[in-house]
Amino acid sequence: MASLSLDKVSKIYGPRRQAGVLAVRDLTMRIDDGEIVGLLGSSGCGKTSTLRMIAGFESVTQGEIRIGDRRLNDLPPAQRGVAMAFEGYALYPPLRIEDNIAFGLLRARMPKAEVARKVADVARLLEIENILGSYPSTLSGGQQQRVSLARALVRGADLHLLDEPMSQLEPQLRAILRARIKDYLIEHKMTTVFVTHDQTEAIALADRIAIMEAGELQQLASPEDLKEKPANLFVASFVGEPPMNLFPAEVDSNNAIQVINRADEKAFSIDLDGAGDAAAQILHPGRKIHLGIRPHRIRVGPVGVNDGANAVARGMLLSNQWLGDQSHLGINVGGCFMIAVSDRDVALRTDEAVDVSLPFGALHVFDRDDERALLHGMSPAEA
Amino acid sequence: MIVKAVRAVLLALVALFFLFPIFWVLLMSVMTNQDILRSPPSLIFEPTLENYVALISGQLDTSVGTLEVAYMRNLMNSLILGVGSVLLSLLLGVPAAYAFARFRFRLGENIAFTLLSFRFAPPLLVLLPLLFYFQQLGLYDTYFGLIWVYQLITLPLILWIVRGYFEDISEDIEHAYRLDGHSWLATFLRIAIPLARPGIAAAALLAFIFAWNNFIFALILGSSDVQPVTVGALAFITASGINYGQIAAALVLSVVPTLILALFAQRYLVEGLSLGAVKG
Ligand SMILES: Nc1ncnc2c1ncn2[C@@H]1O[C@H](COP(=O)(O)OP(=O)(O)OP(=O)(O)O)[C@@H](O)[C@H]1O
Ligand SMILES: [Mg+2]
Repeated sequence: MASLSLDKVSKIYGPRRQAGVLAVRDLTMRIDDGEIVGLLGSSGCGKTSTLRMIAGFESVTQGEIRIGDRRLNDLPPAQRGVAMAFEGYALYPPLRIEDNIAFGLLRARMPKAEVARKVADVARLLEIENILGSYPSTLSGGQQQRVSLARALVRGADLHLLDEPMSQLEPQLRAILRARIKDYLIEHKMTTVFVTHDQTEAIALADRIAIMEAGELQQLASPEDLKEKPANLFVASFVGEPPMNLFPAEVDSNNAIQVINRADEKAFSIDLDGAGDAAAQILHPGRKIHLGIRPHRIRVGPVGVNDGANAVARGMLLSNQWLGDQSHLGINVGGCFMIAVSDRDVALRTDEAVDVSLPFGALHVFDRDDERALLHGMSPAEA
Repeated sequence: MIVKAVRAVLLALVALFFLFPIFWVLLMSVMTNQDILRSPPSLIFEPTLENYVALISGQLDTSVGTLEVAYMRNLMNSLILGVGSVLLSLLLGVPAAYAFARFRFRLGENIAFTLLSFRFAPPLLVLLPLLFYFQQLGLYDTYFGLIWVYQLITLPLILWIVRGYFEDISEDIEHAYRLDGHSWLATFLRIAIPLARPGIAAAALLAFIFAWNNFIFALILGSSDVQPVTVGALAFITASGINYGQIAAALVLSVVPTLILALFAQRYLVEGLSLGAVKG
């Protein structure tokens, strides 16, 4: 139970002094005592490498890793106070499940009775009580994965690293376990870093989520902030389901944003009158930007119905799907394809003209060159 | 039905083809030289154990008198050389195999391959220089010297088979063990080696058989004091003729240890070789 900090940590695989694989680059983050952080990113972006450096299986090419105020870089794994659930489970083949889970505790000289109690607890939590007497080779992938997770959770280490702890489970079980694990982590005040490919899981479990891409940390923020204030174009396009609508755009001399479609023509424009001082300052004429619009914030109605939004664009409804709890609407606005989500069943027919309302609050503006966020809902991004 | 019958017949033929020489040698070992050389050969003879008696007592009766043979000594030498060189190879080869499997270091692949290439060179190529070295260093005609050159046979074998085996073990099992508070040495001894045990057993057995069957190194680099059975059998080709019966008996005796070992470890051998070596 301690905080973890990484300071400009890099990992390069390969022989020394030769160009190797850059797996992690200048990763800086601080994780507080008892905090649960999710690592989210596409395959091969360096998540496992990061965990392996923290656990001590991989040398740190550059930078510093600390738990509390202990510097970890040169400590052997045994002395780091870290527990880990591995992507490939890595159970001890000759030990029964029970003994696999208890192994680390017995090694740490915990009294037998207490160990038994803890193992029973965590087995109940993860629904593996019925296999405690089996050997790993007789279990399914999902069972092994839960055992591996149990072995890590039960340790009560300073820091828990969980590499894709539930990837093999069916969605129902995953949803149940997610909630239980979160309670368990909070109850035991466990500092945890977990890796996942599942945004729902990340959002449900984590206090904060770190988005990684190509070895670099893109943003470390709460789930709400990732959605409302994505730090750059990548995060904006990566987080959210369905993803944010993103279009290249340019500010013209009439103080309006001109959105550009695939064919490089003007698709529609958004008048910036009344957008505020910050917007006026940043969106000077001629500035090239990306405009982002969250599907959930777009309102779609019949032509002529304007519910007071700052900008309205005329488009054509291409699809209208009711998913049981929300509608996904596909709209073609002047050659730009846009997805809108409504929580009601929208009574609009496809191939009919519609009006799309875009409130300022729904707009995100990114720089076209360095792709950093400039404005969220017309307030400056860095605030 | 027919397929089954055909298969049985074919298998029987194959077995006969391979087993017949052994059967013949077994027969010869209980025949006198006269019976063996009778023409036409006959299966009707009086079995005798005199060949074995002669071998074990070391007294070889020939037409020109008795001859001393040190066959039992040779057998002992074979055991000492085989066991000694396999043990030394295990001691050196298993940690090396682990290093090659787990750590990427400069020239690592080259070193591993060089070690393997010892198996490619015909022994005759290096024997003469080796003989000079051995005489200079006082290694000629010693167990140690022979065990040393036997490493050319056993070490690469053990290294490469066991390496493949280590590579098959998930590194993360070792990592988990280290996180549970153990040093890498403890991890190597208590996780890696036990998990690779079938592979190590198979490699050791195979290496032992290869060492046992070696002929040329001991022929050149040692005298009868340290020579194994393969060389010792030469003593039966005497000035007064070839003692087929005793050669056969010697062969039977020399095959027995490896046969027992192979039968005993058959399970390991098949499992070990098919799991480890294919990938390595
Ligand atoms: N031992 C290694 N040697 C060389 N390159 C490696 C090694 N391990 C990982 N890499 C490379 O480092 C990069 C990051 O790998 P890493 O395993 O950290 O990805 P990941 O984010 O965990 O991916 P996934 O989601 O698929 O598990 C990849 O490009 C990978 O090829
Ligand atoms: Mg990974």
